[in-house]
Parts: sequence; structure tokens; C-alpha cells
Amino acid sequence: MYAQMVKAEGARPREEMTPEERAFQDRIDRGEKIEPKEWMPEGYRKTLIRQIGQHAHSEIVGQLPEGNWITRAPTLERKQILLAKVQDEAGHGLYLYSAAETLGVSRDELLALLHSGRMKYSSIFNYPTLNWADIGAVGWLVDGAAIMNQVQLQKTSYGPYSRAMIRICKEESFHQRQGYDILMKMCLQGTQAQKDMAQDALNRFWYPSLMMFGPSDKDSVHSAQSMQWKIKINTNDELRQKFVDQTVPQAEYLGLTIPDPDLKWNADKGGYDFSEPDWSEFFEVISGNGPCNEERLGARVKAWEDGAWFREGLMAHARKAESRRAERTAAE
Amino acid sequence: MSSEWPLWEVFIRGQHGLNHRHVGSLHAPDAELAIRHARDVYTRRNEGVSIWVVRSNDITASSPSDKGPLFEPSNSKVYRHPTFFDIPDEVGHM
Repeated sequence: MYAQMVKAEGARPREEMTPEERAFQDRIDRGEKIEPKEWMPEGYRKTLIRQIGQHAHSEIVGQLPEGNWITRAPTLERKQILLAKVQDEAGHGLYLYSAAETLGVSRDELLALLHSGRMKYSSIFNYPTLNWADIGAVGWLVDGAAIMNQVQLQKTSYGPYSRAMIRICKEESFHQRQGYDILMKMCLQGTQAQKDMAQDALNRFWYPSLMMFGPSDKDSVHSAQSMQWKIKINTNDELRQKFVDQTVPQAEYLGLTIPDPDLKWNADKGGYDFSEPDWSEFFEVISGNGPCNEERLGARVKAWEDGAWFREGLMAHARKAESRRAERTAAE
Repeated sequence: MSSEWPLWEVFIRGQHGLNHRHVGSLHAPDAELAIRHARDVYTRRNEGVSIWVVRSNDITASSPSDKGPLFEPSNSKVYRHPTFFDIPDEVGHM
């Protein structure tokens, strides 16, 4: 999940709603999409800005750990593929920022909130990518977890968010497959050293991937409110379970071991039992104290500041060209 | 003056013979760059054969509160649909 711990507010029990809020909830319950400029409760708008904003930030910060490997990719083909994937992430960020902007927040405001640390991005991107197998693990697990979340979000109640999700889901499957393909090469055709690298990558990325779905339902106070408004469709634990059930056989195929001694098939529930991640680590990372938080945010802020002259220069040029055109038209 | 690039709406013709369709929006300093950005953001997988961009500010939209007066009148005019008329089978295809 690219949006963890989104603070939701304002959804109330039906008997406490104003007539307007009740009519709005009825539209949601009927499965209607809410479009920009239509009436919506302030809490719905704010929760969406937080969630879509966090999601957008995750897409663009998510370029950094992978960008690290573009120049180090083992073949030209892998390099082209990784470039295309990282470019997609930028595109996904842009779709989502546009969706957030329809709610009345500007792009610059959102970026300022990210850069000042007042808005979050997914905790997963604060872990380092140490070797080439990590790029495989990121595609397989991180994009796999993201897909699990994003598929349900295609049905989210806010029209522009839903449409962005549909677009993103169409493109995301390539991301997961390219990651798994890297690991198939290493695990099925590689040397022992390459297999060990792949296992090491899985060991490091397994629990952080489980954390992507956010805290357990019993500790996730905002989930219920977001689900009443159909901003979220599934709970964190439902999605995490689905992810584990899907991923375990994929690991087996690669000959890798999930780093969880308590992982076992539970025939009664038709899914795996598994260990929870260390939530204290999650809270540390999301609040800024992960292994790479400073580096990631630093890279974002530097890119933004170093690019300021360029953005301003293009704008100045556009204004000048416009006024020249106006003068010419006036003279004719 | 704000240096934030203005917002543009992007319309793509998916294939020859189809209408341009709204696909989303983006920021760009001018129309020429808006087209280039649109190409990178919205046509990475062969989605289009032609792009239109228009400044978002230049779009006039109907208001959600006018939905009733604007669109309800057509609800009652069922005779605009061919199925309103019963044509006997003997008449053949019509």
C-alpha cells in the first residue's frame, strides 16, 4: 500500500449526519462516483487529499531506490527495462498529483508538504537497495503489494482517483513481472552466489513489504471511516493476507525461503498463518527514522531546488512569447 | 508572481477514426511543452495518434447543481428513442 496511516476524519454515524451528508452517503452507498466540484463533506475532501497526496509522493520517491541501479544494471536490456519502469513511476506520480489537484490543493503546496516532512510517503522506500537482486525483490514484492492495494482502489468513490488507479493498474503488472523475471534469472539459472543474493534480498524486503499495507486493523482507527466513504475498499489485514497467499508459492517456485519460521498453511481459513512485522520498526521508519529517510527526502529537496531556475526560466520564456504574440496581434 | 506552471487538460485520439478523449491533465509552461509532456505522461504505450492540449482555465464547465434543469428534460422525451414506436412485424426491418 502506498498510503499507510492516512488520518481520516469526519465520517459520522447516519443519525448524526446533516441532510446534505446523508444524501452524500447515499450516493456513495449506491456506488456513484463523486466528481470534482460536486458537494462533499470537508472531511472527505481532506482525507482524500492526504491519501492521494501520500500515494503520489510514494510514486516519485519510489523512483530513487531503483534509479540507483539504472547505471549499474547488468545488461543493456535490463537497463532499458528499468529506465522504462522508473519513468512509469514518475507518470504514476503525475496522474495522482493531478487527481489531488481537482480537490483544490496545488501541486506546489503538495510538494512543499512533502519536502517539509509534513506529508508522508510509503515506509518501504526508506530501505536501501544494496544489490541487483534488490531490484528484482522490489519489483516482485513492493510492486506486488502496491498492485494488491491499487486493484481495490480502482473502485474508490472519488472519480479522478479511481480513473488514475485504473490507468496505473494497467501499467503496474509490467513492474512486478520485470522484478520476478530478474529473480528467475538469478535463482533458476544463476550461480550459488546469485541465489544467495536473491535470498538475502527477500530476507530484507519481506517484512517491510508486509508493512506496506499499514498497521493491523485493530490498530488502524482511520480505516473504518475511510471505508464508510469507500475511499478504501478493503482493510489492511485483508490485503496483507491476500498478498502473503499469493507470494508464498512464487517464492517456492524460485526456491527461496520466506524468512518466517512460523509461516504455515492453515487449511481452515484457506490461507497462510504468518508472523506480523515488527510494528515498532514501522512507526520509527514512517516517522522519519528509517535507514534512508534523510537521503530520500534530501534527494527530493535537492532536485526541487536545483531545478527552480529551469522551471522559472521556462515560465519567463512562455510569458515573454505570449506578450510578443499579443503585441503582434494588436499591430495587425 | 507564482512560478507554478499552469494546468492543461489533455485529449488523445486513440486510433484514426475515433474522437479525441479527455485522459487527464498536467502542468507545462506553454502549449508546445504541454504537448511534449502529454506525449511522455499519457502515451508511453502506444495510446495515441494525436494530442490536443487546452489550458484548464479556458474550459467552461456546467455546474453540478444545474444537472437537473440541464438533463432532466430529456428523460421525459421517450419518443426520441426508436423503441417508443411499435412497428408490426409484417412491415419488416425498419
